[in-house]
Amino acid sequence: MRILVCVKRVPAPGARINVTADGQTVDAAHLGFTTSPHEECAVEEAVQLTEAHGGEVTVMTLGPAAAEEQLRYAASVGAHHFVLIPIDDVDWDPQRTAAALAEAISAVEETDGAFDLILFGNESADAGGFQVGVRVANHLDRPIVNGIKGIDVVADGDGAADVAGVVAARREIDGGFEVYNVPMPAVLGVKEGINLPRYPTMKGRLASKKAVVDTNERTVEAGGQVRLRLHRPEEQISETIILGTGPEAASAVVDLLEELGVLA
Amino acid sequence: MSLLVICDHDRGALSDASLEALTFGRPLAAAAGLEMAAVVIGEGADAAAAGLGAHGAATVHVASHPLLTDFGPEAWGETVVQLVRSTGATAVLACGTDRGNEVVAQVAARLDQPFVANCRSVDPTGDGSGNWTMTRVQWGGSLLEDTTLTADVHLVTVAHHAVEGVAAEAPAAGTVASFAPELDDVLARTVVADRVVLTRGITLSTAPVVVGGGRGVGSAEAFAPLEELAAELGGVVGCSRAVTNNGWRPHSDQVGQTGTRIAPEIYIASGISGAIQHWVGAMAAKNILAINTDREANMVTRAGHAVIGDLHQVIPAVIEEVRRRRG
Repeated sequence: MRILVCVKRVPAPGARINVTADGQTVDAAHLGFTTSPHEECAVEEAVQLTEAHGGEVTVMTLGPAAAEEQLRYAASVGAHHFVLIPIDDVDWDPQRTAAALAEAISAVEETDGAFDLILFGNESADAGGFQVGVRVANHLDRPIVNGIKGIDVVADGDGAADVAGVVAARREIDGGFEVYNVPMPAVLGVKEGINLPRYPTMKGRLASKKAVVDTNERTVEAGGQVRLRLHRPEEQISETIILGTGPEAASAVVDLLEELGVLA
Repeated sequence: MSLLVICDHDRGALSDASLEALTFGRPLAAAAGLEMAAVVIGEGADAAAAGLGAHGAATVHVASHPLLTDFGPEAWGETVVQLVRSTGATAVLACGTDRGNEVVAQVAARLDQPFVANCRSVDPTGDGSGNWTMTRVQWGGSLLEDTTLTADVHLVTVAHHAVEGVAAEAPAAGTVASFAPELDDVLARTVVADRVVLTRGITLSTAPVVVGGGRGVGSAEAFAPLEELAAELGGVVGCSRAVTNNGWRPHSDQVGQTGTRIAPEIYIASGISGAIQHWVGAMAAKNILAINTDREANMVTRAGHAVIGDLHQVIPAVIEEVRRRRG
C-alpha cells in the first residue's frame, strides 16, 4: 500500500497559552513543538498498516521550515518519504492550506503513483478548523470519513486495476461505533485513540537524521476566512471552596452532592 | 433569503446540539435580516421536523432519498448543497459536533466557500462592508480567534455547549417542505454500513456525574473505587490523557480536547493536575470538585470546590458516607 499522512506542526501547550503582540500567532518563546496528536496517531497507523500489508508511508506537512523537525520525527518512527510545503510562520487559512496540499499531492502522485490511502488528523490541535482533509478529498475527488478510530484493510487491491481495495473504517459515536466500508483510493480523518504511537528507537533516531526531505513550493490564493487576532478568553476566576482535607471532608462532599441533586 | 440550520437527530429525536444551533441561529438570522429555516435529513426526519416551529424555524425542509436513510457525510453534504442552491440560502449553520463540523466542511468543499468552525459569537453586520465577523475557539477553547468571513454563502458552526438550547419566545410557522435531492449512487461509499452498540444507557458525554481519574490514581486496578462511586451516583468514569497513555483505561474514557467533551452536573476530578488539554474537555461541567494532594494544581485552582487529600482515602470515605445517608 502507498499511504500518505498529512501532519501539522503545533506548539506543545503548557499550562498557559500566550499570544504574540500582533495577535497573529501563539507566542512560542517558551513552548516546544510537536506533531498535532491526532496526526501523530495517523502516522503510527500508516506505519502499522504498511508493516502488515507492505508498502511505504509518505508524510507531508505545510508549515514553516522548522516543520522539518516533525517530518524527521515521523522518519524516526518508521515513515519512508517526506515532503515539506514551506510557508511563513503564520498559519494559512484552511481553503488555502487545502488547495496547496491537493496540488502537492497531485504532483507527488504524478511522479510516484497514486496513494491508496491518505490520512489526516480529525482536526489540528491549535487552529481546529475541522475541514482541511475534507477539502483535499474533494479536490482529489476521493471519499472521506472523519472521526476514525479503527482501520482494517478488507481488500488491499494489490494495485491490480480489477481488484478494488476497501478499508473498513470505524468511527466512535456515543456508546458504540459506526462502520464505513470505503473504497480506495480513500481519505480518512483519524482520531487519537486509534492506537498508542510508538516511541522512536535509537536506530530510528539515527536513520531520521539521514532522511531526505523534498521541498514542494506552492503559490495559492488566500481564502475567505481572515484572522484578525488571537486572544485569551477571560479567565473564569472562581474562588475555590476548600471542603476540607483528607477523608474527613467526605461529609462536606456528600452535602454538596445532595445540594446538586445528584444523590437521589 | 434564509439562514439554513442543519438539525441532527436520532431516529426522530432532536439532539441537544441541534437545539443549541437553533437557539444560536435565531438572533443571528434576525441581525442578518434572514429568515431562519431548518433541514432535517434521514430516517425519522418527519418526526424531528414537527417541533421545529417552536424553535423558530419558519420553514423546515425534510430531505429524503434512499441514500439518506443512515448517516453519510458526503450524501448529507451534497443534500445541503442542493438545498442551498434551490432555496437561495445565504448562510448555513450547524452545531460544532463531530458530525456538524464534518457535514458543513463537506458543504464548504463542494461550494468552494470558506467555513468558520466552532464560533462563540457571530456578527453578520461585521465590518460594515458586507463581511461577517466572528469569535471562534482554538485549542479546544483555551484560545479565541477573531476572524472575518467573506463569502457568498456564509458557513459556520457554533461551538458545542456555547449556548443552551431553549425554545423560541415567539414560535415560527415551522412549515414542513419535503426535499428530494438528486444523489449519485457513488456517494453510497461513505454511508454507514454497520453500527455496533457497546454500551446502552448513559455515556461519558451524557452522564449527569463523571468521576474522573488522572495520573494520581496510580494504576488500572486503582480505578475500582472511582467505578464504585460513579455507580453510586448514576454516573460514569472518565480519565485524563496520562491515564490513557499509560494504558490504564481505554481512550473512549478520555476527557479532553482529543477525547470526549463532557457537560455533567458535577465532574469529580481526582488525581488530575488539569493540563489545558484536559481542562477544555471538562470546562462545560456545571460544577467541578477537585480531589488532589496539591492545593496549587490547575484543577484545584479552577474548580468551584476542592478537597485537599489523597484520593485513595477520600473516595472510599465519600462512598461510605453516601451509603450511610441512604441507610
